[in-house]
Amino acid sequence: MKELWQLFITFLKIGTLTFGGGYAMIPAIRRETVTKRGWTDEEGITDCIAVSQSLPGAFAVNVAIFIGKKIKGIPGAVAACFGLVFPAYLSILIILLFLGTVEDNVYIKGAFEGIKAASVALILVTTVQLGRGILKTKTAWVIAVISFVAIVLLSANAIYAILAGGLIGYFQYQYGKRKEVENR
Amino acid sequence: MILIRLLLLFFRIGLFSFGGGYAMLPLIYQGANELTGMTAEEFSRLVALSQVTPGPVAINAATYVGYQYAGIPGATAATIGVVLPSVLLVFIVSLFLVKFRESDAMKAVLSGIRPATVGLLLSAVVFLAQGSILTGMQLNLLPVVFFLVVLFVAGKFNGDPILLTVVAGVAGALVIR
Repeated sequence: MKELWQLFITFLKIGTLTFGGGYAMIPAIRRETVTKRGWTDEEGITDCIAVSQSLPGAFAVNVAIFIGKKIKGIPGAVAACFGLVFPAYLSILIILLFLGTVEDNVYIKGAFEGIKAASVALILVTTVQLGRGILKTKTAWVIAVISFVAIVLLSANAIYAILAGGLIGYFQYQYGKRKEVENR
Repeated sequence: MILIRLLLLFFRIGLFSFGGGYAMLPLIYQGANELTGMTAEEFSRLVALSQVTPGPVAINAATYVGYQYAGIPGATAATIGVVLPSVLLVFIVSLFLVKFRESDAMKAVLSGIRPATVGLLLSAVVFLAQGSILTGMQLNLLPVVFFLVVLFVAGKFNGDPILLTVVAGVAGALVIR
């Protein structure tokens, strides 16, 4: 029960205090789930990002369900998902019911500009920190560079970059196995 | 009946949109236009609101459309609809992952997927920088200052992302407007 409550509260916090959705939530999700709670490790969170990106639906919702499921099965997934979704749902209802147009307010616009600039920096730091643990071989570097170039310069869909990375990993493994057999 | 239609519409949107929030917006527009006759102008308000409110953009958008069409029950039905495919699919995939995680082939696949994900995250930095610290090739002064300060605090002192986000929001409201 304690873990369910922790899952709910953790994702409620993430859902309330991150804006713009998707990748903007990754630094907070990593900090809360890996560093603070130890629910998963750096490799685990990277796998979770890859899977969540490859599946349809809202990215951060997929991440929450994935981690909740890992920690506490179906109830855990529901608790994490509910915590993440609730602030997004409630904030829209409050605005529509009581506040009217807030998106033209200069203070809100300013706050949002500040948050956007901060999330660019936060995601960059997260990428570098995750990269340090993952980019340990030449092949890993090559895959990362190909994925970045394909997505940014060739506008490839991120799913293809992830699939291609998986294929390269698999072929390298098969090639290594064959070589082992030949050397025997 | 209205609620079921909303739930099914957003279930379909949740099921067929790859690439998360922003990739879902065109589908949400089509659906909302069909169902509620939402205009392009109203939709651009929805997008602006989704960005400045907390949480995933797709959830904000589903709640908005559902509310416009059928009040709070509509907002709830649309939100559940858009989340449900994620619940089902993540379950199936994570069962599969747990089962094969220890196999050598799966480890090899993951060892290729992880670096690709690092490249993907870096590309997200580039896309998000555009329209925030960059407009075209031009640097936006104040956002660049915010970027550098947060980069320094988060990179050097491992500052808490949530705390930094909140501070950047408050400072932005006071300084950038």
